[in-house]
Amino acid sequence: MKQVSYKSLGYLLLILGAIISLFPFYWAIVSSTHVSGKVFAKPPTLFFGDQFFINLVNLNESIGIVRVLGNSLLIVTIYTISALAVCTMAGYAFSKFKFKGRDVLFAMFMVSMMIPFHALVIPLFKLMANLNWLNSYEAIILPSIAYPFAIFLMRQNLFAVPDPMLEAGRIDGVSEWGLFIRIVLPSIKPALAAVAIFLFMHQWNNFLWPLIAVQTKEMYTLPVALSSLFGLSRIDYGQVMAGVVIATTPIIIFFLALQKHFIAGVLGSAVK
Amino acid sequence: MQSKMHVPYLFLTPALVLFSVFMIYPVIYSLFLSFQSSVQGEMVFVGLQNYEKLLSDTIFLKAVTNTFIILVIQVPMMLFIAIVLANALNSVKRFKALFRVSFFMPAVTSLVAYSIIFSIMLMGDGLLNQIIVATGLDAVPWLSHPWWAKMALILAMTWRWIGYNMIIYLAAIQNIDEALYEAASIDGAAKIKQFFYITIPQLKPVILFTAVLSTIGTLQLFDEPYTLTKGGPSDATLTLGMYIYQTGFRYYDFGYASTIAYVTVIAIGILTYIQFKVTGDE
Repeated sequence: MKQVSYKSLGYLLLILGAIISLFPFYWAIVSSTHVSGKVFAKPPTLFFGDQFFINLVNLNESIGIVRVLGNSLLIVTIYTISALAVCTMAGYAFSKFKFKGRDVLFAMFMVSMMIPFHALVIPLFKLMANLNWLNSYEAIILPSIAYPFAIFLMRQNLFAVPDPMLEAGRIDGVSEWGLFIRIVLPSIKPALAAVAIFLFMHQWNNFLWPLIAVQTKEMYTLPVALSSLFGLSRIDYGQVMAGVVIATTPIIIFFLALQKHFIAGVLGSAVK
Repeated sequence: MQSKMHVPYLFLTPALVLFSVFMIYPVIYSLFLSFQSSVQGEMVFVGLQNYEKLLSDTIFLKAVTNTFIILVIQVPMMLFIAIVLANALNSVKRFKALFRVSFFMPAVTSLVAYSIIFSIMLMGDGLLNQIIVATGLDAVPWLSHPWWAKMALILAMTWRWIGYNMIIYLAAIQNIDEALYEAASIDGAAKIKQFFYITIPQLKPVILFTAVLSTIGTLQLFDEPYTLTKGGPSDATLTLGMYIYQTGFRYYDFGYASTIAYVTVIAIGILTYIQFKVTGDE
């Protein structure tokens, strides 16, 4: 009897928690289908309206959501591919080779994880200004390509690649680059997927740096555009919520489709 | 073999070049900047003047205090609830996957997007207050009262990160040796007792790991206060990240902003070191 009540208490807790976790999403979607004032309606509006497309059109007029979404997708795609390549190569060097300075260099990457990004924005801004790169895609993308946590994750995963396999390849005369591309990469596909998702998320949600590096509306990324819309003195909540939905839906669909890799990617391999 | 000495360096080159330009150089550059001040648009060397200013800067002190208050309330509370939820999820049989996905969903949403949702829900006549008033209580000034604004941030951050931590704990709980619980059950230990005397001690290394992650996260807090409260009311939710941003990009005092940044980094280093020392192993 005691067992049963303990278990139902567990369910109760979980159901309550799940509702709290999901409700804000539902409410945001509902609010994006109504006119602005409905977010404060009494009693609260909990069912879908028919204003979504109108909100979307207004949103495109005020911040150019199509262009902004394009910016975000382009930046995230280029970033994910290049950061994945750079971090995998670095992780490979750190895990499968012995060389002078390896431990010092690796320690340097790890220690840098402690440095909050906001501590770097001033010098990075001045650097970009000197290079004349402000308000460009490269300014947003380049600073976090060599991402220490991704290097760490790749290194951990690459330890699992057996050395004899690499040695056999070398004896057969496969070039070092060929080994990496044809033998190493195929054997760590799940890790590549997980880290790619981690990097994708990082850039999709990136806010502080684009906020500083970007100066014109045409270059806004989704978070920057949403924030600027929300900072106006007269806020159209229907529009804002439509923007929130646009910024959230792709990543949620992506998450639901690739749950397992996603959770692995967001958590990293620090926990097994 | 000798001829292949250069191979690892080639694999490392892209990362090292980017790291040098976008991490090492800024760190050194900002040390220089922290000794400079802008005089009529020109950066001039002013020695320790910025650091002296920092010592008597009440807004800086406030930003540190705010961050600290949020840290000591939010992190333990969130981690504790996450452990309880992970424990509950571990014990149930049905809908496990569904619960997992639901709890994890907040962790994939953009910080700005969820902050906006919370900001609207927490407004004076917003949804949450409607619910609170409906239960017969007084409306809470979530965003307009210095103390409640901090609570609003804590509430939002907890919502966003609880599932993430729960999943970490769930994985760790599944690794705890069943025999420990069996022995405890035979000895007649109640479930609650087992939770406090087996589960929590067994999770210690993972708790440390999540505590360090959450601490780093809280010290970096920017998106949420920027969107939810704009650092207000009267700087009650101003964080170090926001103060650096304001000093640098609203008042264009790059020298002083770099000083704040430098002191923050050193403080984080010390804090992390202490956290590892206090919790012992590894």
